[in-house]
Amino acid sequence: MARYLVLRLGQALLVLFGITLVAFVITFLVPADPARMIAGQSATAETVQRIRHELGLDLPLPAQFGRYLRHVLRGDLGRSYAQKVDVAALLRSRFPATVELMVAGIVFELLIGLPAGILAAVRRDSWLDRTVMVGAFLGVSAPQFAVGLLLLYLVAFKLQVLPLGGYGGLSHVLLPALTLGIAGGGWYARVMRSAMVEVLTQDYVRTARAKGLPGVQVVSKHALKNAILPVVTMVGLDFGTFMGGVVVVESVFGWPGIGQLAWQAIQIVDIPVIMGVVIFSALAIVTGNLLADLVYPLLDPKIRYQ
Amino acid sequence: MLLAVVALLLPPGVALGQGGKVAVVITFKDDISTLDPAVGYDWQNWSIIKSLFDGLMDYEPGTTKLVPHLAESYTISSDARTYTFKLRQGVKFTNGREVTAQDFKYSLERMLNPKTQSPGPGFFSGIVGVKAFQEGKAAEVTGIKVVDPSTLQITLDAANAAFLHTMAINFSHVVPREEVEKAGADFGHKPVGTGAFRLKEWVLGQRVVLERNPNYFLKGRPRAQEIVILVGVEPSVALLRFQRGEVDILGDGIPPARFVQVMSDPKQKALVVIGDQLQTGYVTINTEVKPFTDVRVRRALNMAIDKRKIVRIINNRAVPANQVLPPLMPGYDKAYKGYPYDPAAARKLLAEAGYPNGFSTTLYANNTDPNPRIAQAIQADLARIRVKVELKTLAQSTVIEAGGTKGKAPLIWSGGMAWIADYPDPNNFYWPILSCAARGPGSWNWAWYCNQRAEQMAKAADALVRPEQAKIRAERFQAMYRTVMADAPWIPIFNERRYTMRSARLSGPTAIFVDPIHIPVHYDEVGLK
Repeated sequence: MARYLVLRLGQALLVLFGITLVAFVITFLVPADPARMIAGQSATAETVQRIRHELGLDLPLPAQFGRYLRHVLRGDLGRSYAQKVDVAALLRSRFPATVELMVAGIVFELLIGLPAGILAAVRRDSWLDRTVMVGAFLGVSAPQFAVGLLLLYLVAFKLQVLPLGGYGGLSHVLLPALTLGIAGGGWYARVMRSAMVEVLTQDYVRTARAKGLPGVQVVSKHALKNAILPVVTMVGLDFGTFMGGVVVVESVFGWPGIGQLAWQAIQIVDIPVIMGVVIFSALAIVTGNLLADLVYPLLDPKIRYQ
Repeated sequence: MLLAVVALLLPPGVALGQGGKVAVVITFKDDISTLDPAVGYDWQNWSIIKSLFDGLMDYEPGTTKLVPHLAESYTISSDARTYTFKLRQGVKFTNGREVTAQDFKYSLERMLNPKTQSPGPGFFSGIVGVKAFQEGKAAEVTGIKVVDPSTLQITLDAANAAFLHTMAINFSHVVPREEVEKAGADFGHKPVGTGAFRLKEWVLGQRVVLERNPNYFLKGRPRAQEIVILVGVEPSVALLRFQRGEVDILGDGIPPARFVQVMSDPKQKALVVIGDQLQTGYVTINTEVKPFTDVRVRRALNMAIDKRKIVRIINNRAVPANQVLPPLMPGYDKAYKGYPYDPAAARKLLAEAGYPNGFSTTLYANNTDPNPRIAQAIQADLARIRVKVELKTLAQSTVIEAGGTKGKAPLIWSGGMAWIADYPDPNNFYWPILSCAARGPGSWNWAWYCNQRAEQMAKAADALVRPEQAKIRAERFQAMYRTVMADAPWIPIFNERRYTMRSARLSGPTAIFVDPIHIPVHYDEVGLK
């Protein structure tokens, strides 16, 4: 187990380094000059050159990358070009909102996806199954900004029961999380259904049924435990992606998460912020995968890491 | 089902209001960047900074009329190169300390210091000694002198009629040295100035709250107790919140998709204030790229564009333009007729220039709506005179980069990038974007245009600095811009108008909601009924 952990951590570090390098090279190659963006409309070429020099943007790529890496290893992600604040402070300020939306989003996905998937599998090929699968298909395919705006309009504007976007108490997170849940829940329902269908045809399930156990117990006690593994993987992946921010939902609802930060930074070529978000998201995704892998043996005693 | 449960749990109106009774609430989609007057330079933070800090000069609210502000009075030397400002007595920073002439010298030198990374130094390069200071050859700017604690003297290399405007732009606003040094690099987030408001709260990614400065030197200002600026609000959601009474001003304007709907509803339309702005949207024609080296080709292009059609594309939120300056700008030439829309004549001109069958070229444009649609309309119009246009709709920064690269972009549609005047003086549409002085890599002179005669005319006009010479100076600029338009380095397309939607509970003269200097509103002047 320990050896496995060390191996996986090593892999994770390598992945992080690779992503940092690739992202840095890409931002370097983008045909947009951050100094020019900072300098704004009327700045003379001379002013732009001075700013470029102050930021060290006139150094060659390897020197710039080396400097950046040294700073990152010291925990310094640099300062935002536009906002003139430490990138770490920006990420920190966005962190609580990101975590909140992630947790709430995953809860909604599970609340919607799991029961739907199980029902569809148990009543396989029935009208219920088909309705659920069509619903899942619609949920997955509907553009999130449309779903989000529709929810805002109906629930917040017309019914006036929830706030019109923004960040605050529990009431603010419900709609954005539901929007995420509708899309993600569709995926969960499909994965849950197919895993469940497979498990339900296994011998031990037939045995359980033959013993005379009620259907509910067969499904919840015997089948679910084995069918849930792919869902755990999905939660792990969602953990990563949601931590990296969900740009569309965050924009529609004015949710001050990482996604909104990334989107604004990209528009103005705020490279330190873009890099900070990339490194942070990569870290989250790697961690999510690692966690999912570590949870496996707890759920399924057959899995052991050597 | 879930929603129904939620609906039962939460009583209506819970945590819905943000503003309350004393605050004016404004929304923006994007975050507020820095509030450091030496550094901030986008349309969003520009007016906020103006309410936190002050300069020697300012504009009468709602107008482009320049008036002394922190200066009580000023005198101009006979050679028009030295300005002596007498400071207003008893003005204090919000930390309680009184402002002196030394603070102005410090603030200007701080902005000019390359370490500050200010976008502003270009405006002040005419002050004696700036170059030596920036290059580190001098410890101070010799042209900025503290005569006594309440007298500041600034000497220029040459007379410049726009100089007093530069004393009103944010980059020359006064900051207290002790607070700058205390906050270090974070001064932009911990601003301390002399302004009508002071910063009460800043929650990154959520809101900025300004509160009234009780010791502001102008009595009766600001009129509002608090300004709450909410960020991260999508324009369409902002409109819903506005309609529900949670928001007083839509910082990003009326969302284009809802514009017709709002304007056709008399109740909502009554809340919209319409005004001009110091903006021209234009197509630059790269005068160094063939076949645009031939003035006849450039003139032909000018006659080929149906500007009314383009104005309709943006829901008539603009008026067609025929010249460089916008109508609001002093020096705008009412008598000038410009190039007529006449595709037949344009084709004839092209044939004369040796292109009876047209040619192929490329038009760059910003990729944010409505700019691609406008670029397509231009493409269609040019196709009618057999000019085949390839469109490159790209990110703003990429287009700006292409524009500043020699020989790269034949045509550029300026929408979403340029040009809004930094100050209401006609020379601001010449020096940065059309002059020989600006032409070069990385500049905004995307037409790569240079006419030495126009340059001399602009220089001569800029030497007329006295208030009594204002009229003749405006006439000189009219003549100069006619010379430019004869060379046709641009196709002026339209001048955008502003549509500010404000809630019924706001008070203040109509003009402050379309103030030419303050976008979206003059924060000091807006009040609550």
